[in-house]
Amino acid sequence: MKVLMKGNEAIAEAAIRGGCRAFFGYPITPQNEIPEYMSCRMPQVGGVFIQSESEVAAINMVYGAAGAGARAMTSSSSPGISLKQEGISYICGAELPCVIVNMVRCGPGLGGIQPGQGDYFQAVKGGGHGDYRMLTYGPSTVQEAVDIIYDAFDKADEYRVPVMILGDGMLGQIMEAVEIPPMKDPATFPKKEWATTGKGYGDTRRIINSLYIKPDELEEVTNRLFDKYKIMAEREVMAENYMTDDAEIIITAYGTVGRIAKSAVNILREEGIKAGLLRPITLYPFPEKEYKKLAQRKDVKMFYCFELSMGQMVEDVRLSVDGKKPTLFYGRTGGNVISPEDIVKAVKSEVK
Amino acid sequence: MATVFKKTSMLTDAPSHYCPGCTHGVAHRLTAEVIEELGYKENVVGVAPVGCAVFAYNYFNCDMQQAAHGRAPAVATGIKRVLGEDTLVFAYQGDGDLASIGLAEIVHSAARGENFTVIFINNAIYGMTGGQMAPTTLLGQKATTCQAGRDPKVNGNPIKICEMLSTLDGVAYVERVALGSVGGIRKAKRALTKAFKYQIEKKGFTLVEMLSTCPTNWRMTPKQAMDYVNEEMQKIYPPGVFKEVK
Amino acid sequence: MEEKIIIAGFGGQGVLSLGQFLAYAAIRDKKEVTWLPSYGPEMRGGTSNCSVVISDKQVASPIIESPDCLIAMNKPSLIKFEEKVKNGGTIIVNSSLVDIKVQRQDLNAYYVPLNDLANQAGNVRTANIVALGAYIQISKLFTKETIEEVIKEQFSKKPKVIPYNLKALELGIEAVKVSV
Repeated sequence: MKVLMKGNEAIAEAAIRGGCRAFFGYPITPQNEIPEYMSCRMPQVGGVFIQSESEVAAINMVYGAAGAGARAMTSSSSPGISLKQEGISYICGAELPCVIVNMVRCGPGLGGIQPGQGDYFQAVKGGGHGDYRMLTYGPSTVQEAVDIIYDAFDKADEYRVPVMILGDGMLGQIMEAVEIPPMKDPATFPKKEWATTGKGYGDTRRIINSLYIKPDELEEVTNRLFDKYKIMAEREVMAENYMTDDAEIIITAYGTVGRIAKSAVNILREEGIKAGLLRPITLYPFPEKEYKKLAQRKDVKMFYCFELSMGQMVEDVRLSVDGKKPTLFYGRTGGNVISPEDIVKAVKSEVK
Repeated sequence: MATVFKKTSMLTDAPSHYCPGCTHGVAHRLTAEVIEELGYKENVVGVAPVGCAVFAYNYFNCDMQQAAHGRAPAVATGIKRVLGEDTLVFAYQGDGDLASIGLAEIVHSAARGENFTVIFINNAIYGMTGGQMAPTTLLGQKATTCQAGRDPKVNGNPIKICEMLSTLDGVAYVERVALGSVGGIRKAKRALTKAFKYQIEKKGFTLVEMLSTCPTNWRMTPKQAMDYVNEEMQKIYPPGVFKEVK
Repeated sequence: MEEKIIIAGFGGQGVLSLGQFLAYAAIRDKKEVTWLPSYGPEMRGGTSNCSVVISDKQVASPIIESPDCLIAMNKPSLIKFEEKVKNGGTIIVNSSLVDIKVQRQDLNAYYVPLNDLANQAGNVRTANIVALGAYIQISKLFTKETIEEVIKEQFSKKPKVIPYNLKALELGIEAVKVSV
């Protein structure tokens, strides 16, 4: 049955249904409904909720809890996610599974609290120090966010990587009708032999660590991480093609801008312009092949990327299109949101 | 032949990287012995810091996590909360880790009354990075970043952690001991035993500060370093019980 | 069918909850809906607004460039949003607080004394429900019965306020019947 829920609350409930039993957070707009919801809901399911003293502490509590075998999660918004980067780097180095939600606002600095997409680079290129990536999703509707986070802990466990959900203020604040999936049974989750449950001793003891002093050892670990990312790129890529079959102009956008772009495609089609939308759902691994396929098509004339930034994802689009077609960019910042009409106008000015 | 001394099985056989005359080894052994004696060697998770004790996970023979600089109390919080009250959790931290970069984490873990035990090694210097000034460096004490000696006008004043934490509700037991003498080491073991027992009894946050040596960075012989702990450090950091809930 | 509504007013006038009532009504009628609030400091006593999109199909963009209907609960809201309303669209003006008229000639303007009618219903806080009544009477998007059900459901934990709100709904509906 569909229920009307605010994005942040739906995401929190879906995380619990997906097995999350430890949440650590710190207040920051526009994601406060997630820790608020978790503070009520976690005790009901026998889970742990702590409002930590800082984002730094929160991500390190996630480290401890995930290392001890729990399905752990934190959420924040841009400035808070910056503070978490140290912990995220350690989590990646120690290969701990967890879920991190970033309801992106605009920056840099304290910036503003309205929606933004300026944290794309931070999310998909590393963000903290060292060589690592995260499985990163950019959902465009509350339902998509719910479905992604519901399985995010399974993915995190499978690859022993953090999963990053890159939302924005709109996704967190919007209310939509959603179908919340049933509670997963924690008894069915895979056993974590590597977790420090306290029962290890001597030969059976487990160590959660990211320190490797010998270059050869660290290189081996780094290679192992990137081997996993390669497998993720084969198995986990998700993208939506909307009316791209006969499209001459490929509009591309992710997250809430992706759904706004869909409206624009509908308007353009009504006006006889053959536009389509390629909407990445996984931002890392990036749906490179989908772009390549379209770039090779003779009837495709151009790509047009729309973002709430000065141009971040467009770099990955251009790498994927590889110079085969022109790739244009349109961005708004400061918390101003691109409307369908903005996209229609931008596209039409190129068609004429 | 009768065995007169046996190393605790809570320590691995890995050769330690600590310098001659450093008391980290003593603190490790005491911690390991107490955990074994309390019967928790197969029900304990330790957290290693960043600093000289970063490799503690190689020495304690139990499940271990290595934490980011200063974050051990947050990591220990995550571990303890998900594993539950019946598993022993300890964090082992130095003065730079605990009293400088990780001050927020230690204070808030203490204020929340997190039920784990912190072993706080105070040797008044950054050891691993080569002898820089620590938050606990004594006034007048030389370090590579205060080469004429710590001047309060320029470098600020030493932080007294036990005194500070003892003001917080949620703290069950805080004691400072000095590892500069046999008597001090014996006291340290009694303090650790009490701290871990309090944790087992779910009384709340416990911390044992151990005044420790760093002969390498203090530019002293081990004997001089022991004397420095007993004569100079104890003037600023008097040993004793600062808080003990009944 | 796709109906885009912007509701704006002072924080505390029930602007966001009015939008939510519409969203709950849409769900009840098996329609698709998005409700998007302005958020942040605006919630702390300043101006507040929300965008509601109701559709037969999945709502793509929750952002409203030009609404079919504006409900202006105060004067700054009318000044801010009037120019955005779609050609031939509707504005419901809270004439209890707004002493100016809609400037554009291409719109259907309804002046409803929301606060006065809310007081008449027994509680000034029901001004948003008066507006809701006026809106459904004008748009015919939802039946009175649907909204009554939503009111009963949403106030199920505060049953004492239900009669005021039902009365407010009624007064809102009647107010625009007269002016039509």
